[in-house]
Amino acid sequence: MLIQITKRSQPEPSEITPHAVYMRRREFIKAGGGVLAAGLLPGVAGAALGPEFGDLPDSRYNTDEELTSYHNVTTYNNFYELGTGKADPHKNADKLVTEPWNIKVSGECNKPGVYALEDFVKPHKLEDRIYRLRCVEAWSMVIPWVGFEVAEVVKRCEPNSNARYVAFTTILDPENLSEQRRRTLNWPYKEGLRLDEAMNPLAIFAVGLYGKVLPNQNGAPLRLVVPWKYGFKSIKSIVAMEFTRDEPPTAWGRAAPREYGFYSNVNPQVSHPRWSQRRERRIGEFRKRKTRMFNGYEDEVGHLYAGMDLKKHF
Amino acid sequence: MSNGIATGVSPESGRVILIARVFVHAACLLPLAWLVWTGLYRDLGANPIEYITRFLGDWTLRLLLITLTFTPAARLLRVRIVRYRRAVGLYCFFYAVCHFVTYIWLDQFFDWPSIVEDIAKRPFILAGFTAFVLLIPLAATSNGAAVRWLQHRWNKLHRLVYVIAIVGLLHYWWLVRADFLKAWIYLVILAILLGYRLVRFAAARGGVSR
Repeated sequence: MLIQITKRSQPEPSEITPHAVYMRRREFIKAGGGVLAAGLLPGVAGAALGPEFGDLPDSRYNTDEELTSYHNVTTYNNFYELGTGKADPHKNADKLVTEPWNIKVSGECNKPGVYALEDFVKPHKLEDRIYRLRCVEAWSMVIPWVGFEVAEVVKRCEPNSNARYVAFTTILDPENLSEQRRRTLNWPYKEGLRLDEAMNPLAIFAVGLYGKVLPNQNGAPLRLVVPWKYGFKSIKSIVAMEFTRDEPPTAWGRAAPREYGFYSNVNPQVSHPRWSQRRERRIGEFRKRKTRMFNGYEDEVGHLYAGMDLKKHF
Repeated sequence: MSNGIATGVSPESGRVILIARVFVHAACLLPLAWLVWTGLYRDLGANPIEYITRFLGDWTLRLLLITLTFTPAARLLRVRIVRYRRAVGLYCFFYAVCHFVTYIWLDQFFDWPSIVEDIAKRPFILAGFTAFVLLIPLAATSNGAAVRWLQHRWNKLHRLVYVIAIVGLLHYWWLVRADFLKAWIYLVILAILLGYRLVRFAAARGGVSR
């Protein structure tokens, strides 16, 4: 298979991924705290901001579009656990405690269990994935993620024949995440994919961006990235993964079922009660641009929805 | 007369009124000045157009609520402040115009088909547009000549402000995705302000003077 050949041509994980560095990331972050603050000042931007993953292999799914700046990617976020304003998650980033971090795998699979983050990530070859991100609020970014395919994890968990969906859950920690003491959303945040969606090679778990460990406001230490769906599907700070028979409930779907469907594929033809989805503003640009079907990933994911009425299954 | 300097006031109170007027204008221009300063010398964030639109919309709503506060505050606190209301009302209109222009120009960039579709399909935009259109006759008839010309009809016309406030708040309410805290604060304030008038209206109908 072509994919196999591509993979064989790539170096072994031990050669390209400084896991030792990754394991020690907290020390770097602590040491880099001052640098991090300095990095936000004009002129110093682009300086080393914490631990780096080193040179990672590129992916054939990478877009060559201009990247959204690190500053914008990390200061303009929807992460309600850290506040509902766009700048809040960056301001409140330290409220998210990411150590220790475990991921519980459960449901219809042969390998349930609780995995420490390091063990969850270790078997996988990290790579750069430069994806477009399209928010349901009609803005978009281009982000160089660092991650690995969800499919590899799914295979490792050995889902049984009953498994048709994968449900994900964000950390619930109202003690530190004060927003979770309010009923803004039905906490904890939940999202889900159909199993074949999760198996699509575009779906990744990200542990970093811009070659660096994922900042808290971007969903540290582990988040989903499904670039053909609206941003809220790409659930952040994942603590649980469950294989289910039935379509799992999602946080936004419960909050407003008319507005946020289970699929929530980027679709310029299906408008949202608040936002026309025909166009989007790329962060950093002035004029809006046309939104593309499946956010421009129709070739990769279109077949998943063959024969489905996407106006009904929005 | 509720507007303008009443005749027969002493020079001191004339000076007080002048200072108060300057204060009202400065206070109303402060948010805009802050926005311009932040835009020029600091940072409006990753999505400045969204920031500007929201900021101007927020202040339109706040100034509208402040405008509605003058009458109850004057009666309850027995202060003569209604003479400053017109300026605040006009600033509310001014921020509404800025908000509207930001949407048409910066956000949509004069994409008229998109704008028409937005107004037709997006309830929150229809509400905002309606509130804005209804503000126009009020702003147009805010001068002394219009007051004299319309006479008692002026009061009737300007009761539109209650409708505008409700529709304007609806505009905001329908925009909110999940965090309704600020929307609730606005709603409670508006409910108090309109409730006060309802109570007075009911009392007046019942023949009670106060």
